[in-house]
Amino acid sequence: MKKWNEFDYDIQRVISNQSIAPGSYILKFKKITPFLAGQVVALGISRDIEPRYYSIASGENDELISILYSERVEGQLTPMLSMLKPGDNLMVSKPFGTYTQVKPSPIFIAAGTGIAPFISMLMSNKAKGATLIHGARYTDYFYYSDYLENTLGNRYIRCCSRCEQGSLFVGRVTDFVKQWNDLDPERPYYLCGSAEMVVETRDILISRGVPVSNINSEIYF
Amino acid sequence: MVPLYGKTLEELKSIVLEEGLPAFSAKQITEWLYKHNAESIDAMTNLSKKAREQLSAKYTVGLVKPEKVTESADGTKKYLFPVLANRYVEAAYIPDKDRATLCVSSQSGCKMGCLFCMTAKQGFQGNLTAGEILNQLRSIPEFEKVTNIVYMGMGEPFDNLDNVLKSIQIMTSDWGMGWSSKRITVSTIGLIPAMKQFIESTSCHLAISLHTPFDDERKTLMPIQNVHPIVDVIAELKKYRFTDHRRVSFEYIMFDGLNDTPRHVKALVKLLNGLTCRINLIRFHPIPGSPLRTSPDERIIQFRDSLTSKGIFTTIRASRGQDIQAACGLLSTKALQEKGRQQ
Repeated sequence: MKKWNEFDYDIQRVISNQSIAPGSYILKFKKITPFLAGQVVALGISRDIEPRYYSIASGENDELISILYSERVEGQLTPMLSMLKPGDNLMVSKPFGTYTQVKPSPIFIAAGTGIAPFISMLMSNKAKGATLIHGARYTDYFYYSDYLENTLGNRYIRCCSRCEQGSLFVGRVTDFVKQWNDLDPERPYYLCGSAEMVVETRDILISRGVPVSNINSEIYF
Repeated sequence: MVPLYGKTLEELKSIVLEEGLPAFSAKQITEWLYKHNAESIDAMTNLSKKAREQLSAKYTVGLVKPEKVTESADGTKKYLFPVLANRYVEAAYIPDKDRATLCVSSQSGCKMGCLFCMTAKQGFQGNLTAGEILNQLRSIPEFEKVTNIVYMGMGEPFDNLDNVLKSIQIMTSDWGMGWSSKRITVSTIGLIPAMKQFIESTSCHLAISLHTPFDDERKTLMPIQNVHPIVDVIAELKKYRFTDHRRVSFEYIMFDGLNDTPRHVKALVKLLNGLTCRINLIRFHPIPGSPLRTSPDERIIQFRDSLTSKGIFTTIRASRGQDIQAACGLLSTKALQEKGRQQ
């Protein structure tokens, strides 16, 4: 274990770094420390660039750790992450974070790559009776949709803000939650995504009678 | 034009080197910027005329006046500063007898999403540069009267650590403003790696947004609890030595029926045991659509007395500038941001 920007880290070899949609990737490397679904790791590729936190997007029993990320053109790290090839080195912290306790019949609400912790929870069988509401701009960005259709069936709701009318809800996650007839204030809600999406969704849930104690959020920063 | 205000001595050395000016010009420029308060390159009269002309072709001092000031009945003033394109930040000037505190912003908007904060409702627009942070101090008419600075305005300072540290370096260096670090307090929700860097690289005071000692409650109030739990934050703080010279304090907003019970007092005492610190109790200033309410005054006083009797120095922070939305947790430039987007 070495020290890097206050993190204990290991050097890992990249196993794969696959583009799954324009600008979106799944990066895989070997799991050497056990983790809990919902935890994050700090990733980096050199000591000069600030580490960033990423939710793990694989099951607790998988041999590999998957990280779902979007390339931010103006970012320091993701343009370099996107160039990694199998065999390249990666700096990886120990898993940390406590977004890990899921109550029964949860409602997951995510935007973009915010789906990662929920994928991990579902793949780890820690989300019995879950409903997932996922928001994206285009259909390409409904990551893991085959798996989610098979696993959740009609409890997998996609909100596509730039799609034509069709089988998916057209609009943002927040538009959907505002008018969702099946919203049950008694169920636990788990939110993950950008600050703007999380705060706005949380406000809507509160205005629709969900007690704040039933809302747990993780924000990407 | 590149602003010089907010550049460190090192950065200015690079600039003068690049321009082919004598190395000592960098020190001269810092003195004009941070000691003599020059507002233009032309005013830097100990630089040669040629050097001033050369610098003026690419650079400007870059001070930006506030666009608006709102004054509270209690004397607090809220200043509105334009930063990046169609983005604004607010700073609050809080005079009090022989002290005058300036509360500065470090980001336009915020990514942290705290349930009780108005800034959270506007999302995140961008980090401020060190110059934009310092400009909030330098460009208000009361600049000379400010005795203390608190980084408690819009944004999470440790999510913009480099620029915050740079602004502190300029304020506290001999070549800069020459302030004592005791006049500066930086507040954080507890981003541990950045907090450690701050503690080790400055001597400024530190304030931590605590608000409840219980994990599940804090998760409801502050999503960061999922990433950096408060127990880990406190464990980290216990590795350092804090005294009256270098204080750590805890901000604790009082929410009616949520975090103001004897059970909370007991848990706080246990959590903070072994750490020399103080607690500031803050009345909650209601924000639209929030289910939270402030605790009644008598309960806040009772809470303070209970903590004090257990040996934790506890104060109740006076609410200032509430009538102009300048009080704790009320700063927001969302309406302006949206107006800018529509134009």
